[in-house]
Amino acid sequence: MLEMLQMGKYGAYVWSSYGLALIVMGYVAFKPLMDKKSIFKELAMKYRREAHQSTIKEQK
Amino acid sequence: MFKSIMKFIYHFASPKHFYRLSGKLIPWFAWLAALLLIAGSIDGLFIAPVDYQQGDSYRIIFVHVPAAWMSMFIYMVMATSGAIGLIWKIKLADVIASSSAPIGAAFTFLALVTGSIWGKPMWGAWWVWDARLTAELILLFLYLGFMALEAAIEDPRAAARACAILAIVGVINIPIIHYSVEWWNTLHQGATVTKFDKPSIHISMLIPLLLMALGFKLYYVAVVLVRARNKVLYTDQNSGWVKELIKSKNEQFTSI
Amino acid sequence: MIKRDLRIAFRHKSEILNPLFFFIIVVTLFPLGISPEKVLLAQIGPGIIWVAALLAAMLSLDSLFRSDFEDGTLELMLLSEYPLSILVLAKIVVHWLITGLPIIIFSPLLGTVMFLSNDAIETLMITLLLGTPILSLIGAIGMALVVALKRGGMLLSLLVLPLYIPVLIFSSNAVGSSMAGLSISGQLYFLSAFMLFCLTLAPIATSAALRVSLE
Repeated sequence: MLEMLQMGKYGAYVWSSYGLALIVMGYVAFKPLMDKKSIFKELAMKYRREAHQSTIKEQK
Repeated sequence: MFKSIMKFIYHFASPKHFYRLSGKLIPWFAWLAALLLIAGSIDGLFIAPVDYQQGDSYRIIFVHVPAAWMSMFIYMVMATSGAIGLIWKIKLADVIASSSAPIGAAFTFLALVTGSIWGKPMWGAWWVWDARLTAELILLFLYLGFMALEAAIEDPRAAARACAILAIVGVINIPIIHYSVEWWNTLHQGATVTKFDKPSIHISMLIPLLLMALGFKLYYVAVVLVRARNKVLYTDQNSGWVKELIKSKNEQFTSI
Repeated sequence: MIKRDLRIAFRHKSEILNPLFFFIIVVTLFPLGISPEKVLLAQIGPGIIWVAALLAAMLSLDSLFRSDFEDGTLELMLLSEYPLSILVLAKIVVHWLITGLPIIIFSPLLGTVMFLSNDAIETLMITLLLGTPILSLIGAIGMALVVALKRGGMLLSLLVLPLYIPVLIFSSNAVGSSMAGLSISGQLYFLSAFMLFCLTLAPIATSAALRVSLE
């Protein structure tokens, strides 16, 4: 098991490469998912504001 | 026949239909990609045999090479969809180009860094200024230039067109990257997979490589679709279908 | 068109002199800053002269379209009956005459300052002769993309440098090789091919970029 982690004597190199790939690709994949949530929130607020403003105008 | 293909393309190039179709496709691509990447990683890290020249350090190849392939592939997609947007003025093409840029930049960065990490035990140096490495570095600058230009121009349509021109001009770099190891005697290893006769790499090492390469491609498709959907939502925010979509999503939650 | 631009250029002598002085000063900074030792300078000389030429070319790009953009003549160019690519090519030719040509003329002087051999100086001039038009041509594409932006300067460097790098590599490699007595035909072939390639295609790309910037 330890031998597997050590990869001959190249463990640091191999695992840091794979680890970096995991981190970068994970970030690139999940950031747009987070963005989607905030877009939905932002647009929902915007539509509510617009609906509110138009009902105010109608009341005038 | 041609007309019905064009109708098909124009139908799904409309933002609303693109959004719906891509929403259904993304989970498939994402899960398949995850499966291939996990399988490829396990195979590459543990199952593939030790290289008699380089020991275990060569396993970096299963990340480095697919990342480099993706950096070039995504650039071609970016330039092609930019060209399509420029010539046929299909907005979705512009969206795909713009959504692809950061992903391509990330892969280029990964290719460069993993290559550097691999270079240290293999060549004894973190970096050499040989042709292929330099050309890949230029590719990174091209991606960054694309993203910077897009950010600098306010009108989204003008930005898309300017970036498309930039991307097309930069295409010349791609054959330089690919053929540089043939044209010059460089330190970087020559082609072993894309030769047209039998690839000179052992099958037990080829399989994890191809698994990772395919996994990376499916990953790219999934991520670019997620990014593209976001952009489409945002730019079409004043249209009816977006308003309906957001409202129906919100009704699922009683408190926001 | 060329005559008109040349007349304008000579009225603003600084457009010619500033890049040239920049080029000369940058090159002379290196012996002062690093070391005046002959062998070292001869080794790094080709690269330094070429990098300085690159930087001077980039700085001078602003003059290419900026003033025409500001006074509206650029829009008139777009509407004229002449093909835009030809007009653009004319402007690029003028740009090269006032920036690239002085650099070529003064390069033997700087080559001597850097202790380059006579062969090397000859190669240097040839690479500059082939290379500086490439710099003007590619620079025109970049300038056309950013001319409408307020702070386009830094962005211009980012866009144009990746495409300049191969020119730099081949040219300074050629000069270094000729100092070592090796053949330089490969590098010169590449530079010539690249120059012709840019000569035919850059005006088209520049015109497309101008149309986008001015819309």
